[in-house]
Amino acid sequence: MEDIKKDKNNAAQTVLDSKIPEGPIAEKWTNYKAHQKLVNPANKRRLDIIVVGTGLAGASAASTLAEMGFNVLNFCIQDSPRRAHSIAAQGGINAAKNYQNDGDSIYRLFYDTVKGGDYRAREANVYRLAEVSNAIIDQCVAQGVPFAREYGGTLANRSFGGAQVSRTFYAKGQTGQQLLLGAYSSLNRQIQMGKVKSYNRYEMHDIVIIDGRARGIIARNLVTGKLERFAAHAVVIATGGYGNTYFLSTNAMACNCSAAMACYRKGAFFANPAFVQIHPTCIPVHGDKQSKLTLMSESLRNDGRIWVPKKLEDAKALQEGRKKGSDIPEEDRDYYLERRYPAFGNLVPRDVASRAAKERCDKGYGVNNTGLAVFLDFSESIERLGIDTVRQRYGNLFDMYEEITDVNPGELARTINGKDYYNPMMIYPAIHYTMGGIWVDYELQTTVKGLFAIGECNFSDHGANRLGASALMQGLADGYFVLPYTIQNYLSDQITVPHFSTNTPEFDKAEKEVQAKIDHLMNIKGKRSVDSIHKELGHIMWEYVGMGRTKEGLEKALKLLKDLRKEFETNLFVPGSKEGMNIELDKAFRLNDFITMGELIAYDALNRNESCGGHFREEYQTPEGEAKRDDENYFYVSCWKYNGSDEVAPTLIKEPLHYEAIKVQTRNYKS
Amino acid sequence: MESNISFTLKVWRQAGPKEQGGFKEYPMKDIPTDTSFLEMLDILNEQLVEKGEEPIAFDHDCREGICGMCSLYINGHPHGPATGATTCQLYMRRFHDGETITVEPWRSAAFPIIKDLMVDRNAFDKIQQAGGYVSFNCGGAQDANAILIPKTAADEAMDSATCIGCGACVAACKNGSAMLFVSAKVSQFALLPQGRAEAARRVKAMVSKMDELGFGNCTNTGACAAECPKNIKLSNIARLNREFLCAKFKD
Amino acid sequence: MWLTNSSVGRKMVMGVTGLFLVLFVTFHVLMNAVAIFSAEGYNAICSFLGANWYAILGTLVLAAGFVIHIIYSFWLTLQNRRARGNDAYQVSKRPANVEWASQNMLVLGIIVVCFMIVHLVQFWAKMQLPELLGEHIEPGMYFIETTFSQVWVLPVYLIGFIALWFHMTHGFWSAFQSLGANNSIWLERLKATSNVWATIVCLLFAIEAIWFTFML
Repeated sequence: MEDIKKDKNNAAQTVLDSKIPEGPIAEKWTNYKAHQKLVNPANKRRLDIIVVGTGLAGASAASTLAEMGFNVLNFCIQDSPRRAHSIAAQGGINAAKNYQNDGDSIYRLFYDTVKGGDYRAREANVYRLAEVSNAIIDQCVAQGVPFAREYGGTLANRSFGGAQVSRTFYAKGQTGQQLLLGAYSSLNRQIQMGKVKSYNRYEMHDIVIIDGRARGIIARNLVTGKLERFAAHAVVIATGGYGNTYFLSTNAMACNCSAAMACYRKGAFFANPAFVQIHPTCIPVHGDKQSKLTLMSESLRNDGRIWVPKKLEDAKALQEGRKKGSDIPEEDRDYYLERRYPAFGNLVPRDVASRAAKERCDKGYGVNNTGLAVFLDFSESIERLGIDTVRQRYGNLFDMYEEITDVNPGELARTINGKDYYNPMMIYPAIHYTMGGIWVDYELQTTVKGLFAIGECNFSDHGANRLGASALMQGLADGYFVLPYTIQNYLSDQITVPHFSTNTPEFDKAEKEVQAKIDHLMNIKGKRSVDSIHKELGHIMWEYVGMGRTKEGLEKALKLLKDLRKEFETNLFVPGSKEGMNIELDKAFRLNDFITMGELIAYDALNRNESCGGHFREEYQTPEGEAKRDDENYFYVSCWKYNGSDEVAPTLIKEPLHYEAIKVQTRNYKS
Repeated sequence: MESNISFTLKVWRQAGPKEQGGFKEYPMKDIPTDTSFLEMLDILNEQLVEKGEEPIAFDHDCREGICGMCSLYINGHPHGPATGATTCQLYMRRFHDGETITVEPWRSAAFPIIKDLMVDRNAFDKIQQAGGYVSFNCGGAQDANAILIPKTAADEAMDSATCIGCGACVAACKNGSAMLFVSAKVSQFALLPQGRAEAARRVKAMVSKMDELGFGNCTNTGACAAECPKNIKLSNIARLNREFLCAKFKD
Repeated sequence: MWLTNSSVGRKMVMGVTGLFLVLFVTFHVLMNAVAIFSAEGYNAICSFLGANWYAILGTLVLAAGFVIHIIYSFWLTLQNRRARGNDAYQVSKRPANVEWASQNMLVLGIIVVCFMIVHLVQFWAKMQLPELLGEHIEPGMYFIETTFSQVWVLPVYLIGFIALWFHMTHGFWSAFQSLGANNSIWLERLKATSNVWATIVCLLFAIEAIWFTFML
């Protein structure tokens, strides 16, 4: 076991044990499995596990635990487990199969992931992730997931950003859907067998702790509005990320961080909240009535060239609608990614591409009416490959873009001096994924005993930036191959604990608190709708805690968020009643937690005086405008401890990072 | 490109499963045509909340056409007038100034209304639970490339697997039949070697569950496939019939 | 019994009986055609299909086919109505590639049955039935002549044929679909075959009726 770390700066003297097993990196997981405690089959029947969430991590964990023999209670807020937002993942899933014979290996996948994460991930966890990646593909194929194949019948691969090998498995542009439906099918089998009890349209509101261990949850039936109690020997949270704190994101409408915040308030540390991924290729915001942002697949950057006008007057004309993208001739276009990063060009990692777009727009070169968009142009590739080939590759994305914006990127707009100009797409970065999350140790257990966090809602594997096609890998790794092992190490001494009753003072108290919260929300009876306050939150977050952060901005954000909380507490209006279905009440409950989350992100961003991955502090950049990491002072996971009230600042606790296998370097995408 | 339209929205309102429902009209003013249909409903809901009324309940989540949560029967079509798209992918430029847009919930006995435009599609989950899987426990898989699957079979299975389970097929069917939904899953597994081992058992179990839950009999009108936002083909139903009849004759 | 309990089984019964009836009308129209060319030939066919054991057996099988097809159609419709629920859509539009006939099969079927009853009264009740009862009957051509000499008969028959055409254009390919003998390529082929077959059969019927009315 690693030495217990005590942080000198922290008065609370909290102990953080990441429980990383002994041995060289490649043997840690094997060692762990060889020595961990197990629960025998007869005893598994006597243990109940609550799994909250049915995305890739939740569904795979619930089904696998049930297959092993545990009794599982599985919750989702949608009308079916199949709707979880993992379903929307497009690109693919990485694995170190090396089927393409291009030199891939577990080590290389591990290395790429750590480097892509800007050296802020926990080495041992990432290595384990790379190690189990191959088994995920085997598992999914056995389930009947229709991955893309070659004519010979073998699996096909494609390449993705941040890697030099083809290791991404995919099912059209719907890989997330197919993997989730695979996990959902396994889950269904267990529901049919009676091993999983499925609760749809239930939202977890609080976690119940008895004698220092997580022993149940309070959930609200969203159809009847009633609070219900559920008890178990362990609780697993798989509730995804907190991207919707920014109001506009590529997350689904119902994605929220309330379950994670409930855990945080009950003592689970929240790690690296400032690490938020901003995806460079989304359709720009078109107006203040917009509800969500649509992601255009990253694959477009393989053949599209990103540009803004060279001249400010052209940008102005574009913003005022006097000119169109195709009116601007080649010599007046600034392909800024190719200019700044000659080696990687349009294929730089997500965080780099996003920041570069923001930099241009901040200088006034934005190309739509809000000035917050850049062009993604296919003229050159259409000239090179022909429209048919380009349409074959991106036809469905062009159609999707046209449906949303009424502009067809495959349409010839004009010919200037014998050169064809096609309508360019407009794109802009948007919040997409959150690398931060509930702090977990190597066993995926949080700082609350018996409470586990898996998938996007934990923090462990992606560091400060996630590579494409790695989210699906992590969710399924946690659910199929990691948690089902590690949770047994915790449960092995719980076999004598009988099934719990929910008639205990702890449950009474937890339910009463949730009820009081709901009553409070209903009784504010102010004037403002939930969405109007949420939009304001989004504006604050995007403006001051978004792509480019500064000390002043973050301090201002914290002040604005305080005011916003006051506005929420005094001027919120929730129509209807707390009985029966009330969609506004659901949203109000979540918004309360988004505000707390927003503050947490701001605190963390303010603390981290460096730029790395998805976290960019404008004070910390090289003269060329690249992120400047500070490994001397910030080579740690920042964990935030709740201090009893949403209005009190949380306490920082550090988990120092130790790299044995990888030498920490500066990321370089220029040459 | 961008302009504003005004129209009348005629929406089904129903307070609860047992309550009496009815249409209510809402005048909508100056809605930009690049607003999505659901954003337009958001605007209306915002206005309703400001007036102190309860907003319209409707299912929605990903808003990019993949989760299958959104429903709505708009102007006589499930998911509205666009083809190959869900309601959340529908934009207001499809509609005209001065028009009346009628919005109804999915109507089928197997999909009872929960509130307003929201229906209970739990029956779909139950059908999947009856057999929509390959009986396989995590951990024991052979290498993924050990099973060779012809590209054509994999592609066809993928086309069937694209179903998002939204229920538009049932909503469109005059018989309230769920055959397209069930056949898509049956087809996906029938086409792949992994699914063949229990193909007969699966199709019998899923069809029997579908019948038990009160879905209607397919009369091959093809409205399901015509309205399917994911273009699931009618040939899936033929495959289901084939699989089912073969399984029964073998018994 | 899965032929009654399962929806796919019930549809198979509809398909099998339907195809059987398609074969029947095809034979029927060919048989009628003989009357145009040769009165003797037609009379011979009529007496061949009189009170013989094979004709009786054929009639019984045919009647069973009809009865099962009709009973199942009402049964299925009743079930489908129930599955649909009590609330109808306020606005409902038929998608472009959905045949009108496919959504109105019961109504079309009822028209065909009404027409069939008229037809049975006019022919079968005067031909095979009395023969079975041991009475003397006229040769087949006699009934054609007397029936079609009435003014109202032709329009009624034509209405019946139109309904039959619609019914067959959907029913024919639909039967193959219900039996699982279909795929994306064959769907279009079967639909085309349906249309061609139904058109040939119904057009021949119509031509024959017109011929009997005006040319005899």
